[in-house]
Amino acid sequence: MKLELRGITKRFGSLVANDQIDLVVNPGEIHCLLGENGAGKSTLMNVLYGLYAADEGEVLLDDEVVHFDGPGDAMEAGIGMVHQHFMLVPVFTVAENVMLGHEPTRAGGRLDLEQARAKVREIADRFGFHVDPDAIVEDLPVGVQQRVEIIKALSRDAQVLVFDEPTAVLTPQETDELMAIMRQLRDDGAAIIFITHKLREVREVADRITVIRRGKVVGEAEPTSTDAELASLMVGRSVELVVAKGEPQFSDALLEVENLEIVDRDGLVLVDDVSFEVRGGEILVVAGVQGNGQTELAESLLGLVEPSSGSIRLDGVELVGRSVDGFLREGIGFVPEDRSVDGLVGTFTVAENLMLDRLDGPPFVKGASLQIGARDEFARRAVEEFDIRTQSIHAPAGRLSGGNQQKVVLARELSRELRLLVASQPTRGVDVGSIEFIHERIVATRDAGVPVIVVATELDEALALADRILVMYRGRIVGIVPADTPRDVLGLMMAGIAPEEGSKVA
Amino acid sequence: MSASDDRPAVPAESPSVDPPGQGAATHTTKEPENRWSTAFREIVGGSWGVSVGAVLLAILAGSILIVATDENVRAAAAYFFARPGDMLSAIGSAAGDAYAALFRGSVWNYRADSFADGIRPLMVSLNYATPLIGSGLGLAVGFRAGLFNIGGQGQMILAAIGAGWIGFSLQLPWPLHMLLAIVVGMITGALWAAIAGVLKAVTGAHEVITTIMLNHIAFYLLFFLLATPGLLQAPGSANPKTPPMQSSAVMPKIFGSGYHLHLGFVLALLAVAATWWLMERSKLGFTFRAVGENPRAARVAGIDVGRTTVWVMVVSGALVALAGVTQVLGTSTTGFSTDVDAGMGFDAITVALLGRSNPVGVLGAAILFGAFRAGGATMQAAEGIPIEIVTVIQSLIVLFIAAPPLVRAIFRLPKPGSAPRRKAGDPAKEVAA
Ligand SMILES: Nc1ncnc2c1ncn2[C@@H]1O[C@H](COP(=O)(O)OP(=O)(O)OP(=O)(O)O)[C@@H](O)[C@H]1O
Ligand SMILES: [Mg+2]
Repeated sequence: MKLELRGITKRFGSLVANDQIDLVVNPGEIHCLLGENGAGKSTLMNVLYGLYAADEGEVLLDDEVVHFDGPGDAMEAGIGMVHQHFMLVPVFTVAENVMLGHEPTRAGGRLDLEQARAKVREIADRFGFHVDPDAIVEDLPVGVQQRVEIIKALSRDAQVLVFDEPTAVLTPQETDELMAIMRQLRDDGAAIIFITHKLREVREVADRITVIRRGKVVGEAEPTSTDAELASLMVGRSVELVVAKGEPQFSDALLEVENLEIVDRDGLVLVDDVSFEVRGGEILVVAGVQGNGQTELAESLLGLVEPSSGSIRLDGVELVGRSVDGFLREGIGFVPEDRSVDGLVGTFTVAENLMLDRLDGPPFVKGASLQIGARDEFARRAVEEFDIRTQSIHAPAGRLSGGNQQKVVLARELSRELRLLVASQPTRGVDVGSIEFIHERIVATRDAGVPVIVVATELDEALALADRILVMYRGRIVGIVPADTPRDVLGLMMAGIAPEEGSKVA
Repeated sequence: MSASDDRPAVPAESPSVDPPGQGAATHTTKEPENRWSTAFREIVGGSWGVSVGAVLLAILAGSILIVATDENVRAAAAYFFARPGDMLSAIGSAAGDAYAALFRGSVWNYRADSFADGIRPLMVSLNYATPLIGSGLGLAVGFRAGLFNIGGQGQMILAAIGAGWIGFSLQLPWPLHMLLAIVVGMITGALWAAIAGVLKAVTGAHEVITTIMLNHIAFYLLFFLLATPGLLQAPGSANPKTPPMQSSAVMPKIFGSGYHLHLGFVLALLAVAATWWLMERSKLGFTFRAVGENPRAARVAGIDVGRTTVWVMVVSGALVALAGVTQVLGTSTTGFSTDVDAGMGFDAITVALLGRSNPVGVLGAAILFGAFRAGGATMQAAEGIPIEIVTVIQSLIVLFIAAPPLVRAIFRLPKPGSAPRRKAGDPAKEVAA
């Protein structure tokens, strides 16, 4: 089915999120939408999906104007969407989620769960997924939840499919699998819109590329364009894709992690006898396929999970056993993996979020009272400095675009007096221009003599930032290797195979 | 008022169910192109529209009840097709008379000869509102922090026990005696609420369950104290009632003995200001709101969620306790028995809901309910309309607020959080042209 958007304009108050956008997606085509954070990509897709009513413009399917009063209508018309922020009911099973909205019923209005299960199995088989139709969604890892979203979109025989940043939460392997699925769907004649900030993916699957900036279409790009070309088209200036950084200048600061073991409630060992050191002035990247203990390791560095044994010492001071607040007071900056759940209070304003973990005294708190003036002043500076696209510092943070939410978290964590920085997936969902900036800031933090730990699932990010790379597999350290280790060696290490030279400690 | 004020207070929408930050995309919005509804939306703006809409709808429904049960209307209905005008005018006068009586009994008695008498109904309304302000604030603080404190009854009882015991048993000069009684009452109420907080923080027991159980415990505790000679029971009496308060512990009347309104009302106003400050300007309130909105992010930010929960209950309990204290030291100082809470712990839920968990909103809602109560009595006396109509209206308000989508649909309101709300003069960093 051919999809056409004509002159779509969507305003939020005075903000024009979409400004006269024209877009044509042909059947059998993967059409990439590129654009900075807050450019209006998700908004446009939500208009298409009937979640927002456009202020101007129309949607055409096979050259006929259609009108959607809600996602139900859009689904009916053959549009499927995989949202940037999942729209699944966490307490429902996979099958229940998939049938939600067009529940098949048996005689007497009873739900036909069996039919939904069969549908899930059928689609999963077609694309070679492994998804249990009876699993509860909230128990599933994000990668699998994503698949549930895809199954849901496909279960209605969608002819137009929208993928809004589906890969932000996926491992490189999962991403490759997803792209294979997208190609398969395209070859079956679906019209596909694919939104991503990762240029590698764009080049790999895109048939056509449209670039949006500040709500307007600024042009089309060829799939053969180089990363640098795409990046500059997106951001409107040239972008350094790899941040220049010199040799590490070590300071006296030191983080020592020794024999750390973390066990979950069911007695499963998540982090197994992990020991390493990070010196001030260097960046240690913790790499690995998601779910191999990196999350727990990072969380233990802020006291969010209590290790069952082992020690964490910052400049010789033991931190294990302290409260989160006790860790924060030591000057630890922490960027959580999942910004919307752990990093932000969505209903709080941008300004409030920027002081969320800084309640222990001046400048934001004096005695018992908040310092509104200092807060707002700081927020204005942070918004300026980190280029956070928001209507106001008093806008709820949950209303910002995904990448801009991430920038709020980073602005907060990088603006404080740091003695250790732990950043998990710091550039998840962030556009290339902002990645450049965030990488610069992380390198600047390192150059200020702070020990830095970055958890990365993306090899590009690992290689761009690392002075050394620690690879984890099943909770154990496979090896700690220098940053110039070849990609294929790293890839093998992530699969648990130690490099031939032995686990050489750089 | 910051934008975080207008989150729905209905606990069913608590953040654990709907993780914040899922962003705008979770909100299904239809923005009508119709300029009338756009204009209307701008006038009623945000969730306050729901409150106003709910009150209006409830009053409308109340009018239907009044009209339908009116003798004259029914008589005229019998010959409606012959003379429809009769019925319409009967309807008009039935509803008109009823609300005139309500107004006369709650705001201004225009039939009175003097100003002093004319204003008396307003004083009565404010007097009824006094305990609702405190208890409504207590509930509101809980709602903002994601806790549903149904323990108002128990906390008021404990406050009454504390304040009452000081009030009748000690010999101290005024105002020391009164202040001591107030403070002790608030502390006992707060500590009672803290039990539920500690249980939640330590064991995860849900506060709705524990506060309800604590209500029962408090009730029977008071019953026991009142039935056992030598404890709270008035000496030489077999009634389950306490002795009257010493005059040195009694809250003075604000406008002299001619009016019932007492110092408790002033304290309630102070509590409104204090609660506003606490929630909007204090560090403690910030942690309350953060925990209420997103406990996980609060934890990552170094906020001790368990400890905060206990503090929320302490503050909530202290505010509810203020209501109990003003009852025994201000409103009825001749001693109290097990009905001292007068169901206000539950009315407070309505007040907090209607007030959108906002201190000033709670004040307005409490005064409205006080006025209903005062005016309802006059309506019954003057027009023969049962005072229960007021209860019906109050219940309908809860219903309409607890079912905001309905009100939104009828008034075509946007779902809070879906439409941007601009503030004039905001130093906004504008994106796009
Ligand atoms: N419901 C809303 N109310 C107000 N403003 C909104 C709303 N939804 C989006 N916006 C604003 O519209 C702009 C476009 O947002 P959108 O989510 O479409 O960006 P995006 O291109 O998807 O960005 P990202 O790459 O970060 O996901 C942003 O400035 C955002 O703050
Ligand atoms: Mg987006």
